[in-house]
Amino acid sequence: MELVEAIILSILAASTPLLIAATGELVTERSGVLNLGVEGMMIVGAACGFGGAWLTGSIFIGALFGIIAGMLMSLIFALMALGLAVNQVATGLALTIFGIGLSGLIGAGFVGERLTPAAHLYVPGLTDIPLIGRVVFGEDAFVYFSIALIVGVWWVLYRTRAGLILRACGDNHVSAHALGYPVLRIRTLAVMFGGGCAGLAGAYLPLAYTPFFIPGMTAGRGWIALALVVFASWRPGRLVIGAYLFGAVTILQLHAQGWGVGIPSQFMSALPYLATVIVLVLLSRARTGGSTAPAALGTVFVPDR
Amino acid sequence: MQLVLEKRTERSNTIALVSPLIAIGLTIVTMTILFAILGKNPVLALQAYFIAPLTDSYSLQELAVKATPLVMIAIGLSLCYLANAWNIGAEGQFLIGAVAGSWIAVKTQGTDAGAWVLPAMLVLAAAAGALYALIPAICKVKFGASEILTSLMLVYVADLLLDYLVRGPWRDPNGFNFPTTAEFDPVATVPLLIEGGRLHLGSIIALLVVAAAAILLGRTIKGFEIRVVGAAPRAARFGGFNANQLVILTFAVSGALAGLAGIIEVAGPVGHLQPGISPGYGFTAIIVAFLGRLNPIGILIAGLFLALTFIGGEQAQIAMKIPLDVTKVFQGILLFYVLACDSLILYRFKLVLANRQVARGAG
Repeated sequence: MELVEAIILSILAASTPLLIAATGELVTERSGVLNLGVEGMMIVGAACGFGGAWLTGSIFIGALFGIIAGMLMSLIFALMALGLAVNQVATGLALTIFGIGLSGLIGAGFVGERLTPAAHLYVPGLTDIPLIGRVVFGEDAFVYFSIALIVGVWWVLYRTRAGLILRACGDNHVSAHALGYPVLRIRTLAVMFGGGCAGLAGAYLPLAYTPFFIPGMTAGRGWIALALVVFASWRPGRLVIGAYLFGAVTILQLHAQGWGVGIPSQFMSALPYLATVIVLVLLSRARTGGSTAPAALGTVFVPDR
Repeated sequence: MQLVLEKRTERSNTIALVSPLIAIGLTIVTMTILFAILGKNPVLALQAYFIAPLTDSYSLQELAVKATPLVMIAIGLSLCYLANAWNIGAEGQFLIGAVAGSWIAVKTQGTDAGAWVLPAMLVLAAAAGALYALIPAICKVKFGASEILTSLMLVYVADLLLDYLVRGPWRDPNGFNFPTTAEFDPVATVPLLIEGGRLHLGSIIALLVVAAAAILLGRTIKGFEIRVVGAAPRAARFGGFNANQLVILTFAVSGALAGLAGIIEVAGPVGHLQPGISPGYGFTAIIVAFLGRLNPIGILIAGLFLALTFIGGEQAQIAMKIPLDVTKVFQGILLFYVLACDSLILYRFKLVLANRQVARGAG
């Protein structure tokens, strides 16, 4: 029983950064922008988040640093891809290469330092309920926030006028522009939201997941978050399922290594990446009735006045 | 105040030529500021980066050695990008090529296998790289799966496979438990061009690849098809060009070149298979491809320039304790500027002071 509880707890912890980063990217892509720089924004968020918490001793300020760092990174992307109409795929790659270098530079001073990880909720009585107590009432703030975030995003996208306009920009930027909506400004805000989420997701890693910073600690999570958005067919509900499934794959392969299944550890470690490829293929294949992607995704828009 | 892009009536050829130079200039200005922030003397740092490696024969040879994989991979990537196929997994194809070629080297170790070993390694590495690149290409063409994500995921898989082999079955029994194969036999090693130097046959192969790509793109129908499919997909469809076939072809060629680069690196400068054989050549080659404007000659020059940043980065680390990550930052910034300057070829940038409301009313 305790093992089951431990596994569920670790799956939630492993899924949370994926969920947060993918939620941000979902909003960005729904506005019609493909930002492939999630990995770069995450790793800079991780370095700045750890730095912020280490300097101030506050996890909250660390998380804030992560969000701001992610947003600043995404502003570079917005300037290039939206302001200067540069190819979004190439800009996103540049952001990742830049981010990996920058995080190493920022994080160099903190490598080897440890901090107290984010506190977990404790409600006397409730948290002590066997099996579900710690899962429901004993998580850290990031986990609860990630769930609030995806619910909030769902509500805004489908239940508010702002969400409708955002989706309109993503499906047909020419029409949205003709109706008088400032397409580029809306997209810039969406990109910044994505950047903030990626930064927070990155900061989660050294603030709650492992209490120290290692260069390259995101280990492709930013790319998996991008794949999750495709997996989810750009819908928030499916994103939650996808994120937890991937978290489960990650954790189960770790446990399988621990149980000594006899398969070399490297093969187990490759599982999440292989699963991403297989899922992308299966999903793309299953979609026969046209693509579910925002119609204007990744295309350049230069308003004519 | 607002920045407005105005489409040029025709693309500016002058700017197409000078834009990489503007980008390099802007990058150096930015780096000067970064060095100052890091508390290093910018003049000395820039000298360590860009001048010092050019002053002695050893470093010049090292420059060619580092440029070799970059140029070979970037030539392949440029074909993909011209055809609008986004192979960003060249790093994985490089590693798979290195692994596949090393298999022959490891299996023939200590036997009296003849001169066929190295050619066989090169062929097998190219084939393995091509096959590995075909996975994302086929997933894209058959199932519509994003080649960007699948090719990148396979980088991690290739990395783990290499790690497994050198820690497991292929580990050198006399290697003090280090994760590495034994040194390759002389017949499994890329020959040096200068006795006792660093320059090896791979650099010649890279030059041949550049020439072949220049002929392919400039003189053949296939090259024309590749460029049309990327630049004007609709026109290509009317012309009866098969875009899917070109995705397969360009991925296979770029995978083969990356795989070849991988085995040349392992059987040449490194001499054995071990983790970390690539300081990110597969990713830096993306920058090389764009800096070279997806043109073979441009890529050759760009490859040498980025090789300079690798060597300069090492020199600056030794001489001035500048962290190696500065090189990656530098490369990322360079790619930003290259892309931004490329935008100048298609658009004019204008700063408009007008009030937005008025502008919108008039539009």
